[in-house]
Amino acid sequence: MSDNAINPSALTRRQFTATAAVGAVAASVGLPARSARAATPLKLGVLLPRSGHLALIGQACQRGAEIGLPMLKDLGYSVELMNADTESNPDVGRTQAEKLIREGANMLMGCFDSATTLAVAGVAEQKGVPFVVNIGAEPKITEQGFKYVFRNFPSAGMLGKGGLLLYKDMFAASGVTPKTAVLLHINDSFGMGMLGGINALMPKLDLPFTIVETIAYDPKARDLSIEVAKAKAAKADFVMTVTRLNDAILLVREMVKQQMDTMGITSPGSPGMYDKQFLKALGKYADFCSVNIPWFDPKQDMATALSKTFEKAFPDESCDLNVGFTFEAVLIAADAHKRAGSNDPQVLTEALRATNIEKRVMLGGPIKFEANGQNMNLRSAVVQNLNGRPTVVLPAESAEAKLVFPAPAFKSRT
Amino acid sequence: MDASFFMNVTSAGLLTGLVYGLMALGLSVIFGVMRVVNFAHGDMMVVAMYAAFLMFTKLGVEPVMALPVVAGGLFVLGYLLQRFLINRFLGVTEHIQFLLLLSIAIIITNAMLMVFGPDARNIQLEASFESYSVGPLILDKVRVIAAFTAGGVAALLWAFFRYTTTGTAIRACADNPIGARVVGLNVEQLYAITFGIGTACVGAAGCLLLLLVDVHPHLSSDYTLLGFIIVILGGLGSLGGALLGGILVGLSEALSGALIAPSLKSMFSFGLLILVLLLRPQGILGKKP
Repeated sequence: MSDNAINPSALTRRQFTATAAVGAVAASVGLPARSARAATPLKLGVLLPRSGHLALIGQACQRGAEIGLPMLKDLGYSVELMNADTESNPDVGRTQAEKLIREGANMLMGCFDSATTLAVAGVAEQKGVPFVVNIGAEPKITEQGFKYVFRNFPSAGMLGKGGLLLYKDMFAASGVTPKTAVLLHINDSFGMGMLGGINALMPKLDLPFTIVETIAYDPKARDLSIEVAKAKAAKADFVMTVTRLNDAILLVREMVKQQMDTMGITSPGSPGMYDKQFLKALGKYADFCSVNIPWFDPKQDMATALSKTFEKAFPDESCDLNVGFTFEAVLIAADAHKRAGSNDPQVLTEALRATNIEKRVMLGGPIKFEANGQNMNLRSAVVQNLNGRPTVVLPAESAEAKLVFPAPAFKSRT
Repeated sequence: MDASFFMNVTSAGLLTGLVYGLMALGLSVIFGVMRVVNFAHGDMMVVAMYAAFLMFTKLGVEPVMALPVVAGGLFVLGYLLQRFLINRFLGVTEHIQFLLLLSIAIIITNAMLMVFGPDARNIQLEASFESYSVGPLILDKVRVIAAFTAGGVAALLWAFFRYTTTGTAIRACADNPIGARVVGLNVEQLYAITFGIGTACVGAAGCLLLLLVDVHPHLSSDYTLLGFIIVILGGLGSLGGALLGGILVGLSEALSGALIAPSLKSMFSFGLLILVLLLRPQGILGKKP
């Protein structure tokens, strides 16, 4: 021991004063250290299908999770993402969720596809860790009695009903009411689910048109000329579609070639026709296609700011609902953490239950969760491609432009 | 559904069938001469599609114009592959050949995935949205271009085998490899040329298919399978059979889609295959072994 070391038995008054001063400094440093612990960033486990058959959408969601972080920081939120790839596989999603929790995630967020979301919800429930669902329409997610699951996305029922009811608004706004439709839909689980929903809801919603022909096709189809020839032969007033991206391009391209002019090409709620790749591939022929879908609220400042930041960072990618809902999921998690002032999962869960976010990016009222964890304040919009850009045309209070219905004939477009 | 509907559907099936036929020609040529089944057939076609895609996006050369260059490139690839790799496996048991070509297919698919990623890519030409109207008949312009080019390439191939010395020598190798060797033909060289011609056909078909479908790395397995259906229908080793098989598959897909359900159209191609295997196992224009 050196001569300068403090020996309690031989402590002088000078040494005592010095020691006390150091202790006081240490204590004064210690106090903010404790408050900093309370403000430790939220460790948010992000589970998305970044590879596998849902990779494109998973990566879009990932961009939505990351693009808003600086914006959230400016708003005083403190969140750290722990990213995990579900590989488009529910079993992998379950394993990744367990791993994230083991590694210290305070909350989970994801997972885009309903099957993986349900698998992760089971893990969250078992471990008592809150789970915010960005996208996933399966009704069971919030109808199964989970206590830790919060969904800011419409259930399939809400989505289908919202999408179909908007047809009435479209016809009222345009003053034109078609009598017949032909429905072209993919035959995967999403497409068949949508078909089931449309068939069940059509009679209940008293829509003014009937579906005269329903044509199912494989979403991986290389050629849709026969499907379009059949649709054309049905001589319906307008076209309803349930598509993904590549088949949507094939369908519209084939309609142009076969000179299949109808009042419009619309979707009651499916991806594809608002995608940047669709707009790029079809150019002027992508215009006037419309989709009834939850969308950005152009009247919200946060939505405009997010879109601008996104366009700047990813000029070749679509700033669509995948980006918007994933951003909102991170916002919901960060907001709960800020109010909770804690990283304890139980406290965070209670904070999530009390969520009330008015300034948001998607259409609808304030983000609030029902007792079952579902946000009911969500609304679909009619998004129509106009001048090469998906544009909100209905509801009127959020519209950026007027709906064009019937659409001009393909040949007359310049 | 009126008569014009069926006329349009039939013409679309016929035109697509011709391109399918060209794609299967390569497979048939290689098997007919060397008795090697090219399981990397679809993958080579995807390579050609990406080559045509790059020539269009980087150099602005349309696929039909790019066809000679891409087919030439694929010829060199096929020639070298046969000369330095596949040649060593001629005469070994069939499952070894199968494994070799399957390995090549997997390597190509994964290389394409590494270079181009999993996204589907397409090209847009002015003609992509155009069609010819002939009375009630509406003919898709790119499909017509692709079908006529496919017909032209098939005619050239037939003329090559019929009228050139190399073509005649290749036919001699196909008929009797030992006899061909005895009369002094360089059989290894001719096999390499044959493999090159087979891959060049696939290259030409890839350029034309890019006009009709989007390309992505996993497309290959679909087209390898389709190629097999076509050549088995028409008769393995028969050039006319490959074209006929292509047209039959194109027509069956179109008509079954129109008459029954579009989502069931592949089922009819396989149904046709089973029917031919039961009634005429050597294929419609194939010779009995």
